Amino acid sequence: MKTFLFACLLALSVTAKAQNGYQVGDVASDFNLKNVDGKNVSLASYTNAKGYIVVFTCNTCPVSKAYQDRVEALNKSYAAKGYPVIAINTNDPVTSPGDSYAKMQERAKEKSFSYAYLEDPNHVYTKKFGANKTPHVFVLQKTAKGNEVAYIGAIDNDQEEVNASRTMYVQSAVNALLEGKKPAITSTKAIGCSIKWKKEAASK
Amino acid sequence: MKYLVTLLLLLAGFVANAQVKLLTLSQLESRVAKGKDTTYVINFWATWCGPCVEELPNFEEITKKSANKPLKVILVSMDFKSKLNSAVIPFVQKNKIKSEVYVINEPDQQAFIEKVDSKWSGAIPATLFVNTKLKIRQFYEKEFTVQELTKTIETLK
Repeated sequence: MKTFLFACLLALSVTAKAQNGYQVGDVASDFNLKNVDGKNVSLASYTNAKGYIVVFTCNTCPVSKAYQDRVEALNKSYAAKGYPVIAINTNDPVTSPGDSYAKMQERAKEKSFSYAYLEDPNHVYTKKFGANKTPHVFVLQKTAKGNEVAYIGAIDNDQEEVNASRTMYVQSAVNALLEGKKPAITSTKAIGCSIKWKKEAASK
Repeated sequence: MKYLVTLLLLLAGFVANAQVKLLTLSQLESRVAKGKDTTYVINFWATWCGPCVEELPNFEEITKKSANKPLKVILVSMDFKSKLNSAVIPFVQKNKIKSEVYVINEPDQQAFIEKVDSKWSGAIPATLFVNTKLKIRQFYEKEFTVQELTKTIETLK
């Protein structure tokens, strides 16, 4: 009986882990999602990329908005070096009307995004990656194994941009990868907005 | 007499609102350690966080019920500290929040989140239950109903 219970617990913890999405070292699966320009974008569309800065974000979250310009700056600095930014909107447009495709297009135009801003209907990739808030960054590196997750977490440790000596987590991780090294810090935490999940038809 | 009560209530409300202050984690810890109460329910929220705002009435309910008990609800807002006067205080006034409210004042969120609880991903709402007498700490990254709050508080005894 004890063994059985233990096995159950083990099975449970395995399931729980599977739902948590990618860990550093996992190989991320490619996606094919609609960009604000109407064309579909996948990781494979970037033929010259050495890796990717995948940012799960949205239109409406104050933390995401605070990082908007910093995400743009990341793409300006790193797209040419082989690490383009790909932003994915995590939120359901019915639950969060400010996150509709039209609103995404509006924001991308207004802020002249130089990077792809994709919708993720039904949260397929938000769930697969395990993004649990916005913004939530996954830095991927193209390796022999595939697109390997090299860093998961925050962009930096200063959301409000008040500390000039802030630690630039994503920048440091990508710089390390460009130098052929492993990032010193591979995962960080930050306060973010919860994902606005699609409401189930038969919800409680 | 009725006017006097209203006036007093208004005044009490004003005093409470005026007390929304910035708070570091070590200040929070000493608030809990030196407080007169034994059980603390510390909710991490933000004015911009929908599910947090939705569950705040449940925490208010606990505050209301615990007037004569050694139990204290502390609401720690994760709003940017620059929003103290423009967002948090107006929110507290508008919703007539009676629980103790603070705005976090920590330059490095990463360190702060880790210190509150290593299991915390940083998503909010999140709530920390502390019993200072029995030295129990329980942390949850989830939303709470009044029933769930009451039940969890019971388990700390």
